[in-house]
Parts: sequence; structure tokens; C-alpha cells
Amino acid sequence: MKTEDFEFLAGMLKERSGLMLTPDKVYLLESRLTPLARKRGLDTLDALVQKLRLSREESLIRDVTEAMTTNESFFFRDNTPFDLFKNHVLPAMEKSRTSQKRLRIWCAAASTGQEPYSLAILLRENWIKWQNWNIEIVGTDICTQVLEKAKAGTYSQFEVQRGLPIQMLIKYFRQEGDQWRISDDIRRMVSFRPFNLLSNFIGMGTFDVIYCRNVLIYFDQPTKKDVLERMRKCLAPDGTVFLGAAETVLGITEAFRPVRGQRGMYVPSDGTAEKLMGLG
Amino acid sequence: MKLCLVVDDSKVIRKVARRILEELNFEIDEAVDGQDALDACERNLPDVVLLDWNMPVMDGLEFLKALRARDGIEQPVVVFCTTENDMAHIRTAIEAGANEYIMKPFDREIIEAKFSQVGLL
Repeated sequence: MKTEDFEFLAGMLKERSGLMLTPDKVYLLESRLTPLARKRGLDTLDALVQKLRLSREESLIRDVTEAMTTNESFFFRDNTPFDLFKNHVLPAMEKSRTSQKRLRIWCAAASTGQEPYSLAILLRENWIKWQNWNIEIVGTDICTQVLEKAKAGTYSQFEVQRGLPIQMLIKYFRQEGDQWRISDDIRRMVSFRPFNLLSNFIGMGTFDVIYCRNVLIYFDQPTKKDVLERMRKCLAPDGTVFLGAAETVLGITEAFRPVRGQRGMYVPSDGTAEKLMGLG
Repeated sequence: MKLCLVVDDSKVIRKVARRILEELNFEIDEAVDGQDALDACERNLPDVVLLDWNMPVMDGLEFLKALRARDGIEQPVVVFCTTENDMAHIRTAIEAGANEYIMKPFDREIIEAKFSQVGLL
């Protein structure tokens, strides 16, 4: 690929999704965009870049962005963020929100839905406690294609075997041909909508818990800082943020601090969430 | 090192499972059917059994029932690993005392995920 073509695509992706593409990722562009070029009736990736340059066609730009963002996900991914949710976040929320009985959770890179559905399943496992609560789980992603799959709640045999205990498959899924569909009870607990983390968070409201895992790694420092600081503004003072195992706030922003000894878990710097969660 | 008994009438499957599990630091014993597996348990009780369903002589479910009926032994974890991939089979297996259930085809990632769910990794 020509250097100027790479730079053009990298610039466009950065502007559109915050995705940072370094020159060592040329192979990713080629492997992911060549099939898209063919689908669009173009012979080569060069032709695709040409078309983008000339037409700036919105739907093509969107398809390219979606093809380049990573959407791998599985149920209860990394376990720890879900154990912490179950054992510390929920008990604290149960106490502190006992009068309003309202809980809002945001999965900011929801991909094909496994993360928000895993959280919904954990709430469902203790439904006696939560059934009278107003619980909202919002799953957003920049990629509309993955959200369609998330909304449908159907997964392949391979997908339901990565991270989902068999007891939960029995309890919360039904078989439809060679697919497994999550039960309506769980599906109704989660709403999905397209959302770009680079856009304005006004209108999102205030959340008690935010999961934003494995997306900041694709952003440069100023973008990470900007996203985290805007996230702080839509998080309750005693709220919690979960980042991916390879991500941190350290050296990026003062808005959050890590919860000591709990990997991937962060709270507002001026907050007291750890005490409530019994982690202080 | 934990001992895993791999029970499958297919030599190829046993070999694939062995390779994955050895990488995950398990010691491996093999059996070709349910009866063979019971004998293996008699000789050297494993920590975990990776268990096929359809096999000659004695199938996986019969083996599981016989194993769970035995008193006075520490019960190994049993993970089914079979092409039977419908809800009815899964329920039957869990009710008979299986701890986890893998639907073939499997890969390293699935084995790793399932084994860590039952506390073996």
C-alpha cells in the first residue's frame, strides 16, 4: 500500500472513530478492507481508497470504519470485572440506592452484546433482590452491524461456549437451529444504540456503573483523556468504571483513581465508592 | 500436576485433547470407552474427566452414573465433550452429575474457558 494511501485511511479512521492505526498495522487494513472492496464491486484496495478520496461517500466511510474496529467479545470476559460487579458493586448499590431503587449501567463498547447480557444475567441470578428496581442497562457501540446481532441476542455454538457456564446456558438460552438465543427476560433488560465515544455525552444521563473495556487502547493519549473526563461527568460520584486489563487511567487523567488491588476497576478521584464497596 | 482422564473412542480426538491439556499443565491418562474409563479411575483416580458421550461397550452417560454412584471416593470433576449439542442431552448430563459440557468441535480456548469455570485453572 502506498504511504499516502495509508495516511489517508489512518487519518480518516482517527477522525471518525478515534482509532489509531500505526504503519505496522497495514496488514489489518489489507485483510479487512479487501473483502469490503470486493463487496462494493471494486477490484482492489487501491480502487477503494480512490473512491473514498473522490466521493467521500458517507455509507462507504461508515463501512470502512466498522470493518476496522475490533468486535471480538465473549460472555463474562476476563471474569474479574463481573466478580467485582456481583460481589462489591451490587451490594454497595443495593444499600446506597435503596430509596430510589434505580440503577443505570452503561456498556460503552458493547459489541455483539455479551458484556451487557452477562451483567443482566448476574442481576437475574439474584432477581428476588432486584425485581422491584428500575434497572437500565445501555449497550452502545460505534458499529451498527454488531448492534444488530446484539439486539437479536443469537449466538453460535462457539460463542456460547466461550465464558458462559453451562448452567447459565440451560437457564437463559434456548436453541434455535444451530444458534442459541438469549431469553426474552434477559433481552428486555438491555437496550442497544449506536454511539460514537468521540461525540457529545450530553443526553446520556448519569450512570452508576460504566464498562468501557478494550476500546481506549485504540485511542491516542489526548483522546483517552478526553473520553475518560467526559465519562466522569456522566458517572455518579460513588460510581465505578471498568476498563480493560491492558488499560489504565494512570498518567492519563486525574479524574479517576484505580481501586487498590482490583485490576481494571476505577472510581472518581474525589469519591468514596471504595468504602461503600468494602474495598477501602 | 493435576491428572485429566481423556475418554473418547476416537484416537484423533484423544490426541488433540491431550495436546491442549498438556499445554495447560495437566498430566494425561486415556480411556477408549466408559468401562475402560472406570478401570482407569480404579487404578488412578483423576482430578477431572473429559468425557465423550457415544462410545462402544459403555457410553459416557453410563460411565458418569456409575462413577457418581460410587461411595467413599473423592469425586472427580466431569466435563462432557460430545457432538450431542441439544438442550435435552445437556440437561440429562448435568442432572446425572456432569460439572460442565463442551459441544464439539472444540478448541483450546473452549477447553480453557470451561476448565477455568469449574476451578481447574
